[in-house]
Amino acid sequence: MDLEIAMLLGQDGVTNGAIYALLALALVLVFAVTRVIFIPQGEFVAYGALTLAMIEAGRLPGTVWLLLAAGVLVVALDGLDALRRGGVGRLMKVVGWNIVYPLALVALMRFVPTDTWPLAAKVALTMAVVVPLGPMIYRVAYQPVAEASVLILLIVSVAVHVAMVGLALLFFGAEGSRTSAFSDASFTVGPMMVSGQSLWVIGTSLALIVALALFFGRTIYGKALRATAINRAGARLMGISPALAGRLTFMLAALIGALSGVLIAPIATIYYDTGFLIGLKGFVAAIIGGLASYPIAALGAILVGVLEAFSSFWASAYKEVIVFTLIIPVLVWRSLTSHHVEEDE
Amino acid sequence: MKIQKTVVAAALGMAFVSGAAFADINVGVSVSATGPAASLGIPEKNTLSLLPTMIAGQKVNYIVLDDASDTTTAVKNIRKLVSEDKVDVVIGSTITPNSLAMIDVAAESKTPMISMAASSKIVDPVDEKRRWVFKTPQNDQQMATAIVSHMVDAGVKTVGFIGFADAYGEGWWEQFSAIAEARKLKIVANERYKRSDTSVTGQVLKLYAAKPDAILIAGAGTPAALPQKTLKQRGFAGKIYQTHGVANNDFLRVCGADCEGTFLPAGPVLVADQLPAENPVRATAQEYVSKYEAAFGKGSVSTFGGHAWDAGMLMVNAVPVALKAGQPGSPEFRAALRDALEGLKEVAGAHGIFNMSPTDHLGLDQRSRVMVQIKGGAWQMVK
Repeated sequence: MDLEIAMLLGQDGVTNGAIYALLALALVLVFAVTRVIFIPQGEFVAYGALTLAMIEAGRLPGTVWLLLAAGVLVVALDGLDALRRGGVGRLMKVVGWNIVYPLALVALMRFVPTDTWPLAAKVALTMAVVVPLGPMIYRVAYQPVAEASVLILLIVSVAVHVAMVGLALLFFGAEGSRTSAFSDASFTVGPMMVSGQSLWVIGTSLALIVALALFFGRTIYGKALRATAINRAGARLMGISPALAGRLTFMLAALIGALSGVLIAPIATIYYDTGFLIGLKGFVAAIIGGLASYPIAALGAILVGVLEAFSSFWASAYKEVIVFTLIIPVLVWRSLTSHHVEEDE
Repeated sequence: MKIQKTVVAAALGMAFVSGAAFADINVGVSVSATGPAASLGIPEKNTLSLLPTMIAGQKVNYIVLDDASDTTTAVKNIRKLVSEDKVDVVIGSTITPNSLAMIDVAAESKTPMISMAASSKIVDPVDEKRRWVFKTPQNDQQMATAIVSHMVDAGVKTVGFIGFADAYGEGWWEQFSAIAEARKLKIVANERYKRSDTSVTGQVLKLYAAKPDAILIAGAGTPAALPQKTLKQRGFAGKIYQTHGVANNDFLRVCGADCEGTFLPAGPVLVADQLPAENPVRATAQEYVSKYEAAFGKGSVSTFGGHAWDAGMLMVNAVPVALKAGQPGSPEFRAALRDALEGLKEVAGAHGIFNMSPTDHLGLDQRSRVMVQIKGGAWQMVK
C-alpha cells in the first residue's frame, strides 16, 4: 500500500463518512426530541435517491401516491379535531396541506415535462415530494403512542421500516438506479485525483451542519426543539407543543435523509433496500456519540467511513464485520466512563 | 332440515364425483418476488402467468406464493402447497438455498419439483431424494467453463476476481478458480463486496494494483455494475467479464457506457434474434420473448424469466404422458409425472434443448450457452 492508495481510500472514506455523519445527526436529533430510535432513517435516503431517478427517467414516482395516501390518513385523524377547535378555516388548512398539496404535485408531474428541468429544480421537486412524508409518518405512526416507552417506540420504528421497504419495492422495483452527477469535474491535488461529486457531498454536508447549528442556536423553533430535548415536561409547561416538536423533528430527519440520498445517488447505485444498511452505519456513528452528542457522532461517522474504506481494501469479505464490531469497544468504553441513568418513565 | 342435509350431501357427492372425473391439475409455485432476489423472482412470476391454462384437455390451476427470498418461508410454502392445496407439481424456488431446503418436502410427499435456481447441487447427484427434483437453469460450471475458454482463447494469462460476499459469489469462486487452474490461468486477486455496498474503491484499488489481464465480476443484476464503473473510473484497460446473472436490461441502463466491450456467457434467449436460423433454440426462444414483451412491454424480457418458461415447458411436455397413468391429484399421477419428466427428450425451451435421464435432471448441453459482448448498449452475440 502506497501513499496514493491510502489517499484514495481516505477520500472515499471521508465522502461516505459525510453521508453517515448527516444520518447520525438526524438519528441523534430524533432520539433527543422524541425518544424514537428512528430505524427508517435510511429509507428516506432510498426514497430521495430513487424519486430523483424516476423524475430523471420521466416517470411518475410512486412516492407522490404515498404522500397522498398518508395525507388522507392525517386528515382522517386530524380533520374532526381541527373543525371542532378552529372551525372551517383550520380544517381547510389541514386539507390543503395534506390532500391538495400532494394532488398539485401529481398534476405537476403528470402534465409538465419535469424530466427536462435543470438538475437543481429536479432535486427541489424530489424534496417537495419526500420531505413532507416525515411529519406525516410521525402523525400517523408515532404521535398516538408518543408517551410510550422507548421499547414500544422502537417496535413502531421496526414496523415503519418494514412497511417503507415493502412500499419502496412496489414503487421503484427490484433493480437499482443511478442519477446524473452534479458535477463531472475532477481536480488533481498533488498525487490525488478528487472528483467533483465528492466535493459536492462533503460541501453540502458541511453546509447542512452549519445550517442546523444556526437553526438550533438562532431560531425560535430550533430553541423549542432544544428545550424539548433537554426536558420534555418542562418544555411543555412553557407552551411548546410536543406534537409540533415531533413533526418538526421528523421533517428535519426526512430532509436530511432525502438530501443524503440525492447526494450519493450519482456515486453509488441505490436499491429499494439500500437505505437500511446506510442508516445502520449512521447508527453506529450515533452510538459513538452516545445518541446525545452531535460533534462526537459526526466524528464517529467519519471514522466509520474511513474504517470501511480501508477494511474493504485489506479484507473485503469481512468489511461489514469490522465496521459493526466497532460498536462493541465503543459500548464498553462508554459504559465504563459514563454513569448509568435509569430512564424515568 | 333433513332434506337440506340430503341435498348438501348429494351436492358434495356430485362435486366429488365430477372432481374425480375432470380433476384439475394443480401447480404449486414458490418464487422470490420480494427480498434480495426480487429482480430474478419478478420476471419469473410474470412468466408463469403466460403458461397455458389447459394442457391435454385438462384445466391447470397455478397457486403462486412468494417466499421473500427466505429459506424458512420457502419450506413453509411448499408444505402448504403439498398438504393443503394437494398440488401435482411444484415449480420453484428462484434461488439455491431455498430450492435446497425444499427438496426434503418434495421427496417426503413424493411430489415432483422443478427448480429455477442455478446451483448444480440441487439435482446432483440424483439420489433417493433428488429423484423428485429437476431444474432448468444452466449450471454455474457450464458458464464458468465458457468464460475460461474465452479468456484462454483471447490470450489472457492473469485474472482478478471480485464477487458477491454471499452464496452466489462463493459458488462462482469455487467453480471458476478450479477451472481456471486446470487451464493454467493465474488468479492474482480475489475480492468480495456486498450487493448493497455504496463503494468498492478499496477492492478495486487492490485488483488494479495486481495488474491482471482480465477481471471477472461475479455479481447478479444491477449491483454488478458498481465494480465495473469503479474499475473504468480508475482507468483499468484490460478485459472485463461478467456472469450470466447480469443479463437484464436494467444492468445496461445502470452501467451505461462503462460496460462497453464487456463479455459474458448467457442463455441463448438473451440474443434470440441473432441466433443462426439453423439453431434449434431460435424459434422457441423467440416465441418466449415475443409472448413476454407482448404482455409486459418492449425490452422488458430477461433471461431469468426464461428459466420459469422452461420449467413450464418441461411440465407441459410431461403432463400428457403422465395423464395415461392416473388422475391429477393422485399419488399415481405424481409418480407418473416424475417418470415422464425424467424421460423427456429434445424438449426445446428458451435456454436450450433438454434431454433428461435418470442421472441428469438438468439435461442441458453446450447449446444452452453463448458468449455475448455488450456493444453500443446492447447484447451482441460473439461469433
